[in-house]
Amino acid sequence: MAAALKDSTAIVGIGQTPFARQLPSSEKTLACQAILAALDDAGIPPSQVDAFASYTMEETDEVEVAKAIGAGDVTFFSKVGYGGGGSCATVAHLAAAITTGQATVGVAWRSRKRGSGPRPWRNTAVQLPTPAQWTRPYGLLRPVDEIAMLARRYMHEYGATRDHFFNVALACRNRANQNPAAMMHGRPLSRETYMSSRWISEPLCLFDNCLETDGALACVVTSAERARDCRDAPVLIHSVAQGLPAQHHGMVNYWNEDPLSGPAWTAARHLWKTADFGPQDVEVAQIYDAFTPLVLLSLEGYGFCARGEGAAFTEDGALETGGRLPLNTAGGGLSEAYVHGFNLINEGVRQLRGRSTAQVPGATTCLVTAGEGVPTSALLLRS
Amino acid sequence: MSSIMKGTTDNGLLVPAPDEDSAPFWEFATRGELRIQACAGCGRLRFPPRPCCPRCQSFAVEWRRMSGRGRIWSFVLPHPPLLPAYAERAPYNVVVVELADAPLIRLVGNVVAAPDAPPDSVDPARLRIGAPVRVVFAELTEGVTVPCWLLERS
Repeated sequence: MAAALKDSTAIVGIGQTPFARQLPSSEKTLACQAILAALDDAGIPPSQVDAFASYTMEETDEVEVAKAIGAGDVTFFSKVGYGGGGSCATVAHLAAAITTGQATVGVAWRSRKRGSGPRPWRNTAVQLPTPAQWTRPYGLLRPVDEIAMLARRYMHEYGATRDHFFNVALACRNRANQNPAAMMHGRPLSRETYMSSRWISEPLCLFDNCLETDGALACVVTSAERARDCRDAPVLIHSVAQGLPAQHHGMVNYWNEDPLSGPAWTAARHLWKTADFGPQDVEVAQIYDAFTPLVLLSLEGYGFCARGEGAAFTEDGALETGGRLPLNTAGGGLSEAYVHGFNLINEGVRQLRGRSTAQVPGATTCLVTAGEGVPTSALLLRS
Repeated sequence: MSSIMKGTTDNGLLVPAPDEDSAPFWEFATRGELRIQACAGCGRLRFPPRPCCPRCQSFAVEWRRMSGRGRIWSFVLPHPPLLPAYAERAPYNVVVVELADAPLIRLVGNVVAAPDAPPDSVDPARLRIGAPVRVVFAELTEGVTVPCWLLERS
């Protein structure tokens, strides 16, 4: 049954706004700009859009978007929770809806003014209900604090060092320096700069943290059959998965029996079960990188290496161009833009169209993942 | 307005917001007792508290007293930007402690030099994963007591 989704739909258009610490337009305007750019890229008129998917944290709802862009009758709309954990699931929900005949043309999007807006953890009114009552009174306030706790334990158990986190930050920064649209374009990172930067939550420093960005992105999903008539070569949605593991607690997963085995493992088991290929066949990966340690955990979870080997996997340039697994080839959340991981989806599409600014020659398979450490999702794309 | 109603102490520290499931934990804490929710049907401990047992689905609960001994499972040292009351004390420590009586039950807290000392009162160089600790109860503000941890000689 699960095989019904395999290659039945495709991403046929991508669009985005500029990325900056501060953009003057509203989130609603940015959303419409990105969506219309994606539809134009697909060659599909807005009046034919009949499905929408976004994040529960998205402030602009389907009603506003649909009437602004001139969508027709909409027969499927969905919102996915858990912040960056929902990125790939927006595309997955559209793929499921189109495969089962609930809709024909879907738009997924994320628009966020996280650069100029407030930091979410500053809102103390919403941060004390469970599970925050167990953590925040002690000053474990921000996502970076919650992940740093897991990161130190990971270092202790597996001998990982700050150099392994640096390998992730460096690969993303190097790719951003090839991508003129990236916020960190033109700003190379050295090991010395990384090692001497200020702490945010020891053992994590400034460069272990993603950017704060204003911007929006969107993509268009339709059936593989219709995709053949679109402007560009279709990027097939080969396999999709969501993952909420048993006894999972979100970023404060300290109460799980095994806190270092998170949602990536759950999503991966389902993703590979329905795929025609495995991790060894993935030629380029876009892995959610709100914080560098999440990439090490994801490398393990998605099966690129064994448990505890994520740090060692990053050695010898494995994540760089020409390495075993080129990572976040537009710069990722660490160095292109942090828009809850949607830029990773669009970059996956560019790679399989052969038009990334850090193109992996002849890439035909790409893994895209959503946030690790929260209920998550993932996509396997192929050309 | 009480601290629990407004969510912070007078000096801006966040206070726990108990819910139906967690209220007994915090009530026991004000009495200086560390108690963890357990299933009254099958006996399994669980944390954080929740309405029913994930193993046997019983809604019957009991609160089992712990010895208060544990070990540091991990720790972080937050630096600004932070909420103002926390930025003043940064860097301070936040630890996860695994309980000696039930190593899969882990509590977030601060290691302090004394029950009434702040979370920056211990030299971070003394913190080690695996270091033995024992619980003390710190009164954040009137009526709000939270478990904290003292380093024991290893």
